[in-house]
Amino acid sequence: MYTQALNTSDGDDRHIEDATRAAQFQARIDADERIEPNDWMPAAYRKTLTRQISQHAHSEIVGMLPEGNWITRAPSLRRKAALLAKVQDECGHGLYLYAAAETLGSSREELVDAMLAGKAKYSSIFNYPTLTWADIGTIGWLVDGAAIMNQIPLCRCSYGPYARAMIRVCKEESFHQRQGFEIMLTLCRGTDEQKAMAQDALNRWWWPVLMMFGPPDQVSQHSDTSTKWKIKRFSNDELRQKFIDATVPQAQFLGLTIPDPGMKQNANGNWEYSAIDWDEFKQVLAGNGPCNRDRLAARRKAHEDGAWVREAAMAYAEKRRQRAALQAAE
Amino acid sequence: MAAANITVSETPLVLYTLRRADDALILGHRLSEWCGHAPMLEEDMALANMGLDLLGQARELYTYAAKVEGRGNDEDKFAYLRDVRQYRNLLLLEQPNGDFARTMVRQFFYAAFADLYWRAMMRSTDATLAAIAAKSEKESAYHVRHSSEWIVRLGDGTEESHRRAQGAIDELWAFTGEMFEVDDSERGLIDAGIAIDPATLRPQWLKAVSDVVHEATLVLPDNKWMQQGGRSGRHSEHLGHLLSELQSMQRTFPGATW
Repeated sequence: MYTQALNTSDGDDRHIEDATRAAQFQARIDADERIEPNDWMPAAYRKTLTRQISQHAHSEIVGMLPEGNWITRAPSLRRKAALLAKVQDECGHGLYLYAAAETLGSSREELVDAMLAGKAKYSSIFNYPTLTWADIGTIGWLVDGAAIMNQIPLCRCSYGPYARAMIRVCKEESFHQRQGFEIMLTLCRGTDEQKAMAQDALNRWWWPVLMMFGPPDQVSQHSDTSTKWKIKRFSNDELRQKFIDATVPQAQFLGLTIPDPGMKQNANGNWEYSAIDWDEFKQVLAGNGPCNRDRLAARRKAHEDGAWVREAAMAYAEKRRQRAALQAAE
Repeated sequence: MAAANITVSETPLVLYTLRRADDALILGHRLSEWCGHAPMLEEDMALANMGLDLLGQARELYTYAAKVEGRGNDEDKFAYLRDVRQYRNLLLLEQPNGDFARTMVRQFFYAAFADLYWRAMMRSTDATLAAIAAKSEKESAYHVRHSSEWIVRLGDGTEESHRRAQGAIDELWAFTGEMFEVDDSERGLIDAGIAIDPATLRPQWLKAVSDVVHEATLVLPDNKWMQQGGRSGRHSEHLGHLLSELQSMQRTFPGATW
């Protein structure tokens, strides 16, 4: 239903992949050329990108749930409209990321099915609950802030459709980030209760947000080839450090305390942070985060409850096609 | 202490404006409940779009009602600090989303009316209402198109979608009459050219709705009995639950700025 007609598959590639083509491909990457959907590419490049782009798309779609949790309870009409628009933006990001992934030869249905079956991953951050309104501010400020750190370099990714999608995504994310910060600022300038709500949200989200950048460089599986192919331009630890250095002054401006008493600024101006609990990260990735089951259940329910609607749309389109064919024959 | 209800000085123009604002807010809220749970991503986008249009209309109308009333109320006080008996929306719009067919039939019945209504209101002698009408008419034209297309797809799609769409029409039909009702407080505004008489739109509405329903191979019920009460605050049980969710923050943290 959703597949774009591009003549590529991993199977075909295996026959024609050879050392000369691989070398030419790498030379194009090294010359900072963009790879486009119908260009030859190594099967592993296709596979890596399909995995990364589809995970990114799933993250946008699953990410609608924790924030969507507050649309009906947003505390003012202005906030309600802004939040609904924001979550709608995430949906739009999901849509054009699926479209970018489809240019590599997998259909949106296949990709979504893999996610619903629990086989494809999405960002671990969305397996944490949004308990108070301050969580909506914190997600905008920190989760979108971390996403931007990750995604800005992707605007120069070697794969054209992904890089172009990222340019638009980053523009919208940076708007969301400012909006989130502004929610936090309002809370921090509000009543004691509101400020406590903001601090509590920061306490709960800080460490999971740092985990968003992925495992430390010495154990990261995918980084080497991704770097060679210019899919990834900075290491996990580099991006994490950049994020922390940018965020500390923002927290200070808000008058909030980052929940890491051991944190200190070194001579280079970088903020050194305490050890991250990677066991927690592994548990969340393994499906044991506080909301993994709820998130998948919500996506599966939407998919299953909507099946009859999608079937109706297909059946109607088919009827129309047949009627048009009949008319043409008369 | 929970935040108390505000009092509203319901002069005819304030009441008239609040009724339309409540329509837009309550339907916009219902549509926003779908966000993240729609049958397909394209529909997540579309439902949010329509919800945002309606929230925008609500905000403009509340702001105007506050200005006309001139007693220090504002859009948020109207939305968050009135209880069920003070809400003035149509019963149709507070009906739960149900399945996608019910949501679309509700949208279709209302949008087919709102489109005609706002187009007529562009001639209101009240400049603010006429300006809001001009913007809202463009938005409701899209809502009619989108929901009509779905009524046809669902009605003329599969056996199941036909059954669900017909069921939704049968369930919601009795709430459509209220859109065309006028009470004494509105009669004066109609005479002054500030408001239009919705009864004059009924034949056109019925034709537009019948055409789409017919194309969808569906039928309109014979039932002539129509529910009413929303305009005077006599609602279904559903609205209280909607408001307790919508208003939870403002009621829990009185006086805070967000």
